[in-house]
Amino acid sequence: MTHSAVSRGRDNMTASLTPLLTVEGLNIALPPGADRPLAVEGAEFTLYPGRTLCIVGESGSGKSTIADAVIGLLPRPHLRPAAGRILFEGRDLLTLPETAMRRLRGAEIGMVFQEPMAALNPLMKIGAQLEEVLEIHLDLPASERRTRALAALNDVGLPRVEEICDSYPSRLSGGQRQRVVIACAMMLEPKLLICDEPTTALDVTTQAQILALIADLQKRRGTGVLFITHDFGVVSEIADDVIVMRQGLIEEAGPAAQVLRNPASAYTRQLIDAIPTGTAQQRPDPGGAPLLEIEGLRRVYSLPGKLFRAPRQVEALKGISLSLAAGQTIGIVGESGSGKSTLGRLVVGLEKPDGGSLRVKGRPLVAHRFDGRVQMIFQDPFASLNPKISIGETIAIGPITKGVPRAQAWARTEELLELVGLRAEAARRYPHEFSGGQRQRVGIARALAMDPELIVADEPVSALDVSVQAQVLDLFESLQKRLNFAMLFITHDLRVAARMCDQLAVMQRGEIVETGPSHEVLRAPRHTYTRTLLAAIPQLFSQTEREFN
Amino acid sequence: MTRPNLLHKMFSRADVWLATLVLLVIVALAVAAPLIYPKGPWAMGGRPFLGPAGDLRFPLGTDTNGRNILAGLIWGGRVSLVIGLVSTAVAVSIGVLIGAVAGYAGGRVDAALMRFTEIFQVVPGFALALVLVAVLQPSAGSIVLAIGVVSWPPVTRLVRAEFLSLRSRDFVYAAQLQGQSSLRIMFRQILPNVASPIIVMGSLMVATAILLESSLSFLGLGDPNRMSWGFMVGASRTVLRQAWWMATFPGLAIAVTVLALNVLGEALNDALGSQSGKR
Repeated sequence: MTHSAVSRGRDNMTASLTPLLTVEGLNIALPPGADRPLAVEGAEFTLYPGRTLCIVGESGSGKSTIADAVIGLLPRPHLRPAAGRILFEGRDLLTLPETAMRRLRGAEIGMVFQEPMAALNPLMKIGAQLEEVLEIHLDLPASERRTRALAALNDVGLPRVEEICDSYPSRLSGGQRQRVVIACAMMLEPKLLICDEPTTALDVTTQAQILALIADLQKRRGTGVLFITHDFGVVSEIADDVIVMRQGLIEEAGPAAQVLRNPASAYTRQLIDAIPTGTAQQRPDPGGAPLLEIEGLRRVYSLPGKLFRAPRQVEALKGISLSLAAGQTIGIVGESGSGKSTLGRLVVGLEKPDGGSLRVKGRPLVAHRFDGRVQMIFQDPFASLNPKISIGETIAIGPITKGVPRAQAWARTEELLELVGLRAEAARRYPHEFSGGQRQRVGIARALAMDPELIVADEPVSALDVSVQAQVLDLFESLQKRLNFAMLFITHDLRVAARMCDQLAVMQRGEIVETGPSHEVLRAPRHTYTRTLLAAIPQLFSQTEREFN
Repeated sequence: MTRPNLLHKMFSRADVWLATLVLLVIVALAVAAPLIYPKGPWAMGGRPFLGPAGDLRFPLGTDTNGRNILAGLIWGGRVSLVIGLVSTAVAVSIGVLIGAVAGYAGGRVDAALMRFTEIFQVVPGFALALVLVAVLQPSAGSIVLAIGVVSWPPVTRLVRAEFLSLRSRDFVYAAQLQGQSSLRIMFRQILPNVASPIIVMGSLMVATAILLESSLSFLGLGDPNRMSWGFMVGASRTVLRQAWWMATFPGLAIAVTVLALNVLGEALNDALGSQSGKR
């Protein structure tokens, strides 16, 4: 796949001489009082037809703002263009009146958003939403519109298009919805397609399919694609050219192969190095009695019946068995809906199992919940801290509840804050004063305050930027070495799992399909599903080369 | 950091300034009533049916028994404000307690408590208040109780809905894993996050409570020992055509107070609403 990306770039280089989109000296102003005056400063780039330009950056780098500026969706006057031009086939989009802009949108410039659910109207059938686009831009009879809508759905590889046309978005899966959004954007054969993190909300296997679809449509139609992403793996899969953004400024720009292989700027190099490589080292087998023993664990959710629907039962866990030794980390890997989070919630005791047994140090589940020796770290750093309670109180309250004197608990809290890389003064501050990565550190300190033997970490880094992700993973490793807790590490990202875990358990539809030491599972996966997952991970040029050499 | 911001947001509007000023004047007069008219509102000091501005001692005139209308207004303000505030406090306390338990516990407890709440919602509120006051004998206490009892269901619904959505937040799970008791989680962890909508609803409920109290007094079910705006309107309704001022001034007092409270409540809602939206 890496080779095709490089050769595709070369083929198109000769075919396209007139630029499709040129951005010159673009400045976009933030409202007064923001952390910097300009969201985007001096952005310059050119996109030729049939090529893909990736804008990469971390959250807050201004990458999505550029996309919004091109399609004219900036939340004015909150954000407004202050200088520069955006030339689309020679016309400056910044000075174009709204009526002309409306004619361009959909017909000449298509857009695919991050959240496929939010991009579709939940109360309108898929077919009607596609036909609406045609109705606005073309004067076609109803039957012709229907035919075109069906053809567009067919084009994005959806099965049973007639049926999908007559269903509401809630009936479709995330990947199918994103296909519909792409069908909608591509239906009028726009010359420019803007994709704003189109695969971030999707599973890794679905992501691979959607990226292949976008590349395929682009090749067939010669569309220019402006692709916004935070993931260098995705960049290496599809980009011809790359722009790396940092704090509103272009840090580095150039052909994808060059930027990924030999990044000129230290920041780009740092971002690329921060990506977990997906290779695991062999680790010693500790032996000893298991800390956590799970046998035949089952969990069934019953959905209540509605007027015309019989009550249903969904088996989230179909008899899970695993064991984990003290101080070890087991990675639970799987896609959304595989039951991995349910397993985590059962282990900490937030839910009760419907069958099977779960023991920590030989004690059954119910007894271990309230002595606090099994703790959890959550995915969303914003939802996991109470906005109305100070950081110190949040951490100290656990030990205080257990009977530790208040002064002692506070002293320990300040120690822990320093241990996780924050300052002791943070104890008196409130969650909204901290960034996502810092909040995740607070969450870790809160778990550590209870002296846990086992920590369940449910996707603890998936909401963080890649460089912050690397820091938090480093922190986990050093803390585990020092404090010797065991960890059940739940993640959808095999690369992260490979780096963190001694053992891996791959879950699919409520069952463990493969388990074993991480390095073995990754090197020689036995189950087809594990192979699919591994193949779907976007790889960097540098890594694939390293493996070939 | 949030507090000055909130005040700044509220007081960028002229109507909020006016409403605050009106309320401050009413409260100041009510507090100072014993100093301004030490003889109380019942003292029959002048000629009956004296029109406004006729005599400097009675700027708003006198009623059918020669009592000073202005004194009645000022003393009546005490009753209206105190009953409005206390009965709202009663209603909010009942509402928060039941709503929090229902929302946090969920399941059968929630179903049972909500059916109980609905019993109060299906009975017309004012009729229930009338019956309660009549049965318990009119007094400040029974009026407060009656208004509290008929006004808590909306608070319960609001608090329950908020608790239902907040109890499945990760920070609540984290608190459970720390071993905190349910009571502590409900009132220390979740309740502070529901404070804003409760405050807004409470400020609007004070206005409704004042109206209810006035209506009860109008019908003669007020506390017989205390002058109140509703009683003044009620007592003068038979002579409305001969002496317009007797009903008009207390009526205006009710209208202005309720309006000011509503403006403040709405402003508080806007300010708190936009703040939580920014997070």
